[in-house]
Amino acid sequence: MDFAFTPEQDELRSSARAFLAANPHPSWLQLAELGWTGASVAPELGGSGLGFVEEGILFEETGRALLHAPFYSTVALVLPALDDDLRGEVARGAASWTFALGPLVPDLDTADRVAVVHGDGIHELEEFERDVLETVDDTRPLGVVTGGRPGRRLGDAAKILTASRRRSLVALALEACGVGRRALEYGIEHASTREQFGRPIGAYQAVSHQLATSYAELELARSTSLWAAWCVAAADPEADIAAASAKALAADAAVTACERSIQVHGGIGFTWEHVLHRLYKRALGIQAWEASSAELREAVAAHLLDGPTFDDTGA
Amino acid sequence: MDLRDSREEAEFRAELRAWLAENLPETLRDHRGGAARFEGSTLSDWSRQLHEAGYAGLTWPVEYGGGGRSPRYQAIYLEESARAGAPSHVGVIGLGMAGPTIISHGTAEQKARYLSRILSAEEIWCQGFSEPGAGSDLAGVRTSARRHGDRFVVDGQKVWSSFAHVADHCILLTRSDPASTRHHGLTYLIVDMHSSGVEVRPLRQITGEAEFNEIFFEGVDVPAVNVLGEVGKGWDVAMTTLLHERGTLGFALQAQLEVSLHRLVRLARERGTTPLQRDAIAREWIETRALRYTNYRSLARLEQTGAPGPEGSISKLVWSEANQRLTKLALELLGPDAALAGERAPYDGWWQQQQLRSRGNTIEAGTSEILRNIVAERVLGLPRFR
Repeated sequence: MDFAFTPEQDELRSSARAFLAANPHPSWLQLAELGWTGASVAPELGGSGLGFVEEGILFEETGRALLHAPFYSTVALVLPALDDDLRGEVARGAASWTFALGPLVPDLDTADRVAVVHGDGIHELEEFERDVLETVDDTRPLGVVTGGRPGRRLGDAAKILTASRRRSLVALALEACGVGRRALEYGIEHASTREQFGRPIGAYQAVSHQLATSYAELELARSTSLWAAWCVAAADPEADIAAASAKALAADAAVTACERSIQVHGGIGFTWEHVLHRLYKRALGIQAWEASSAELREAVAAHLLDGPTFDDTGA
Repeated sequence: MDLRDSREEAEFRAELRAWLAENLPETLRDHRGGAARFEGSTLSDWSRQLHEAGYAGLTWPVEYGGGGRSPRYQAIYLEESARAGAPSHVGVIGLGMAGPTIISHGTAEQKARYLSRILSAEEIWCQGFSEPGAGSDLAGVRTSARRHGDRFVVDGQKVWSSFAHVADHCILLTRSDPASTRHHGLTYLIVDMHSSGVEVRPLRQITGEAEFNEIFFEGVDVPAVNVLGEVGKGWDVAMTTLLHERGTLGFALQAQLEVSLHRLVRLARERGTTPLQRDAIAREWIETRALRYTNYRSLARLEQTGAPGPEGSISKLVWSEANQRLTKLALELLGPDAALAGERAPYDGWWQQQQLRSRGNTIEAGTSEILRNIVAERVLGLPRFR
């Protein structure tokens, strides 16, 4: 067992963080040039030949930076449906995608193309109209597609949907880890500098213990999310249950971390001008998307309680 | 990153699992802890067997009789040991706390005198740190050690000392400079528990059992060669002990939690659940996995940098609260049977005993309040509260 990141993985994280801090609104082409859109695409197709753990590192950073781009939709949701030519296109930044799996479609304002389920296959949707809706979190707008017809077939639905859902849950979990961590850091900074009654408020345990609790919850969420990312990358038998666990734990931890940080900030945390409400809204959006925490825990409960036998030695 | 066992780890695990299946006496399997385990010589025999098979002191340096292995093997040992329902080595305080402190701070004579007998379970150790007036605030210790030539005379009282009633030696934190305060003027002594003037009184706890003891010292003679580290520098030595206490503790606790969780799932499958109970069980399963992988992350940091990562500081905090929730959930599943105790209670009252015992978890080895202070100040860098 080895839970250490490689120096290359650490470098990917720090360079991603630095890039997004300097370029909060990058173009799709810029993300392609960084090698992010093709992180897991084979080198001969123009990709970086990395795996889902590296993509996971990028989801954590893009969540942290509140990236507004079809990165999640393309890389987490649709990539498993694409053949070599189309993967090459994504790696070059020539196309971005989203998946219309239900009435609401994520990143519909920015994604070039839309995949849909039709019969037992996944197809590209053609000649449709898009209507981008107003959303609480304006960094990941949702929309609806109207009209249109299934065009070229991309692949078999059953296999693609399983892979897509796993990747989606883990990507959202890691985004949530990034969001929650940044909210916690704002809380720490404020509690260290804001003085009341002659002391920095972080010296009061009623304040500091809230932040310590957020830290603990976010670390648990991060461990679980990285475990799940590894399970997806390694096609581990526990991948589905790990993905469900990670998303439930991380979304809840991020929402609560934002709420505590708003409380620790006092009035300023409640204003439109502070970034906290944007982090909070992204966390709420993640919590609501794909499956609620209660639904995911029900899936875990079914795994534990409803099978014919229970054998969970876990090693 | 690879969360599977390496080939060497898998071999070690398989050998250990087979060894435990073959050697663990039925009378010690799924032990309930507490005082009963000390009756007779079974536990000492078991500890000696562990030593002979090379499983005691896995991470100790080879030159002191240890296995010289990296902490991950200790983690595997703790996992497999918990899964087999095996009790810990009777010398856990010696192996995990006193021994490593002697290795760090001891003289050549002290190392030769004590270390091998810790491994072989010939001698049992206890810890004398907490006092009635010094719990969370350990720097308030008042047990005095007055120097008389080549000896110290110790007077005072220690509390919450497990194993003291069977121990041969005690690692004792004393105040050797009566004029000193706080972290200064403290001296760390090795005290022979068979000395005249040492009295041990068991503390009956919430479960009805007596795992812990009070120790009274009245004019106890301790040779000056038994000072561990330097006179007056006992605080630094004590911090070494506590660092080791928290070192692989997380793995031991997490492994026990997984065992309890498996029992909880079996109980739920036998007795049925409401939707809210299903949700609560799933929460505990997820949290237990989260704790396992947090420990693995901390271990990776420990092996990379030589110091445990900051994520390790939350391990005991999270575990204690999880164990309290989990055992309470089990009582809920038991329904009215939860009110029973003893032999007529389901599983001989195992869950009732575990639930009551769990209330100590957020108090012992650092209260949750102290652990949150540590996270706030040392990990998050928040201003000190005092």
